[in-house]
Amino acid sequence: MKAKQIFLKAMLFLLPALAILFIFRFIPILYAFRISFYDWGIAGPKAFVGLSNYIEVFKDAKFWQSLINTFWYVATVLPGVVFLSLFIAVLLNQQIKMRGTFRTIYFLPDVTSIIAISVVWKWIYHPRIGVANYALSLIGAGPLRWLEESRGVFEMIFQRDLPAGFEGPSLALFSLSLMTIWKSLGYNVLIYLAGLQNIPNHYYESAKIDGASSWQTFRHITWPLLSPTTFYIFIMTTITSFQVFAPVWMMTGPPAGGPLGTTNVIVYYLYDMAFNYSKYGYGTAIAFVLFLIILGLTAVQKKYGERGVHYE
Amino acid sequence: MNSGKLKKNIPMILTYSVLVIGALTILFPFFWMLSTSLKTPIESVEFPPTFVPRDPQFSNYSKAWNQVNFTRYFINTIIITIGELAGVLLTSILAAYAFAKFNFRGREFVFTVLLGIMMIPMPVYIVPGYMMLQKFGWIDTYYAQIVPWLSNVFAIFLLRQHFKTIPNDLYDAAVIDGYSDLGFLFKIVVPLSKPALVTISIFTALASWNSFIWPLVVTNSDSIRPVQVGLAYFVQEQSTSYTLLMAASTFVILPLIILFFIAQKQIVASYSRSGLKD
Repeated sequence: MKAKQIFLKAMLFLLPALAILFIFRFIPILYAFRISFYDWGIAGPKAFVGLSNYIEVFKDAKFWQSLINTFWYVATVLPGVVFLSLFIAVLLNQQIKMRGTFRTIYFLPDVTSIIAISVVWKWIYHPRIGVANYALSLIGAGPLRWLEESRGVFEMIFQRDLPAGFEGPSLALFSLSLMTIWKSLGYNVLIYLAGLQNIPNHYYESAKIDGASSWQTFRHITWPLLSPTTFYIFIMTTITSFQVFAPVWMMTGPPAGGPLGTTNVIVYYLYDMAFNYSKYGYGTAIAFVLFLIILGLTAVQKKYGERGVHYE
Repeated sequence: MNSGKLKKNIPMILTYSVLVIGALTILFPFFWMLSTSLKTPIESVEFPPTFVPRDPQFSNYSKAWNQVNFTRYFINTIIITIGELAGVLLTSILAAYAFAKFNFRGREFVFTVLLGIMMIPMPVYIVPGYMMLQKFGWIDTYYAQIVPWLSNVFAIFLLRQHFKTIPNDLYDAAVIDGYSDLGFLFKIVVPLSKPALVTISIFTALASWNSFIWPLVVTNSDSIRPVQVGLAYFVQEQSTSYTLLMAASTFVILPLIILFFIAQKQIVASYSRSGLKD
């Protein structure tokens, strides 16, 4: 068959997929780029403003707060997810009875909807009659205001005011992180289990012959050989947690993003600007900044993370 | 049990304890949801709380269901999920086949562009997407919720990997037997690709069923809302009657849990595969 014929046939097969992607992904991205250079409101473009939307983003204290909030959210979710899921996966990777049952239970939150889960956790976190405070009262602690607490968790731990930047995430934001860890744990346990099962058994056998302790075995065999999996989980968790939105919309406020803007994350902020204030140009500029940050972080993690990755 | 045996068993006892405590922590919110959903309003606000409802109020479910139009929301979600699933399967089967089996000019280039599109986070195209749909007159329609999601790069990518493993000899033999490309694809390749297709279906259906920010933005009226957005507005209106909120959350989650228990093996296998390279 001639090259031209093959090309035409391939295009015919690709047409439905490419048409959709072109119209609903590619064009919007170009369009977004254009919008971000305009003062664009509900009635359409008002004026071409060049880079001012972007400059305004960097001058906007609320944007910086949303960025810091998002960083704290990622920084609390990431280690929680990585270490807990690795820990559970290593435990499950032994001769465990009912391994399947455990795996199913841990995975359950992941298939459920974040909206319903958010309602349930908001109820658990209720500041007066929530069951979280009841649990604390059993050990003589609390009560905490959870989602309504704007103080930083470090301030609460050390029980004193700390200088700006050192307060840590507000307890409200940290409460969202805890829920996220709970929800995404099982997925990462699955991924780690798959990774663990790929480690050839003979490594463990030689370690046993050499009389290595279980910690040494973990430190020098399991951990390094799992590094591609850890790397994958690191990047995926970073990308998804950077885009957290639904729990903020569902659980915080009113107004959402509260208390005192301490749970106002970047995607919520751009949604707020675009759809509550109809500042489309400004919202889109924030979206592009977010995109660049994610791209940059992924690149940095790839560059430095991959050095630590051992492939067999 | 003598002390030596006990000492040997300690790590295992610890392991099980940790796993059981972890599992209970995972399950507790679901239990708490069910428990609250069956309480009377008065019992639900008692502190310290009761764990097993004294007088289970099954009527909470019908109350929550009828307070807003959950029947409509569920029908909408089912329509959207089925539409999206059918579309994604069709477009990605065709596209993946072209990428796997046709050696055309520019193939790698097109494929790389698609992977690049996959990298772009959804928040970037939510505002322009909304404005485009407005121009189409699609706001508040099923189209707005289905059509933009009829193609999925991840699905194409996953299927292409699978189609590549199907030997070319099979194709040559099929051509001799008089099969066209489409005939070969749908009568031979597709039946051979069931696991990959199941994976794609699970991912697509779950993502569609649970999607929130997109339908939130592109719908205004109650009658067109999917169940997640319907629940979200129900929560805003009913923010204090937790018994009804928990009942509603239960029936929103229930189909997913049932699906999970029916297709557990496939779901677990699909998710495990998704994390591996290739």
